[in-house]
Order: sequence, then C-alpha cells, then structure tokens
Amino acid sequence: MAENNCMCQEAGVLIFPCSGGSDVGELSDRVARKMAKCGQAKMFCLAGIGAHLPGMIESAKAANKLIAIDGCQVLCSKKILEHAGFSPISFNLKDLGFEKGKTKVNEENIDTAASKISGGKVEKTTIHNSGGCCGN
Amino acid sequence: MKIEILGVGCPKCKQLTANAEAAVNELNIQAEISKVTDIDKITEYGVMMTPALAVDSTVVSAGKVLSKEEIKKLISK
Repeated sequence: MAENNCMCQEAGVLIFPCSGGSDVGELSDRVARKMAKCGQAKMFCLAGIGAHLPGMIESAKAANKLIAIDGCQVLCSKKILEHAGFSPISFNLKDLGFEKGKTKVNEENIDTAASKISGGKVEKTTIHNSGGCCGN
Repeated sequence: MKIEILGVGCPKCKQLTANAEAAVNELNIQAEISKVTDIDKITEYGVMMTPALAVDSTVVSAGKVLSKEEIKKLISK
C-alpha cells in the first residue's frame, strides 16, 4: 500500500558533501555515503540546494541538523548552504588531515574521515570488518 | 490558485489536506486542491520530505504538517 513508501519520517540529519572534482572532493562524497549507509545521516543533494529548487530547500528546512563536508578550504558545500540561508555544521577534510592532491580515496581514508566526523562511531566497527560499519 | 498536497497518503498527508481545505474555506477564495501521491511526481518537485505543500506549482513547505493558520498566511501572500 502507499504507506510503505511514505516519506513522512523525521528528516533527521542531512549530509551534504561537496563531491568536488579533486581527490578530497571524491573523498567527501564517499565519506558521506558511508555515513548514510551506516544510518548516521541521510545523503542530500547539494546541487538541488545550489539550484534553489523550492522542494529541496523546504525539505532541508525540515531537518534537525545539516552537515557540510568539504574537501578543501574553498568550502563550497558550506557556502552553498549558507547562501540558501542554512547554518550547517561544517567539516573541512583538510582540517582532518587530508591534503588536496595528496589523498588516496581508499577504504582506510574513508573510514578515518567518517570516524572523525561522526565522533568515532564508524571507525570502531570498520577496523575489523574491512569495509563498513554495517558489515558491508 | 492551485494547491497541491504532496504525499503518498499517510495520516500526516491527510491532515495537511484537511488543514488546506479549512484554510481555503475560511479565506473564501477560489482554489483547486489536489493530492499528488505518485512518488515520481513528488520527487520531480524536488521534495524529499513529505507531506509537502505546493502553491501554483511552487513548493512552499515540506516535511511539516502546516496548521490551518500557517496555510492561510502562505496562500494570502
């Protein structure tokens, strides 16, 4: 029945990676997807916010918290969200030890970054599972 | 004026529909209220949280059950 597809659940935490073209941009995306997969946040479309699509903006307003993950100090995700009137919690992967142009996008770095952003909730379970807090 | 309630038909969507109908009645304005229950159409609007309310094809609220008074303010603009 229709209610099986209901989108009325609480919005919770939405996560917006910059998903930029560099290695750290890619890492931001992979980290966000990992956190989403682990149920710590929901991925959301930064492009939709940048395009000021009313449906996207209004949906983001329903969230309890917005997290921006940027790969570098340009902070595109944070600035796009701020431009749309939001005040996200901002993480810059550079501040977490990932240098633009010198970062490998691999499971180890994804787990490390996700752990730092989520306060350790990912790292502890991924170390022995080689790939995911969900065991994937 | 065209008012659309976006949602697949759960109690929250029904409540929003009832509130919208009450708002239109109290304002005594001409408005066509319709429900959009098709997920594809809802996502075409960019809506990720329902229930949502669109006025003349522009989403003005998502993820909230607006009260009658809130809807009155939105459609009186």
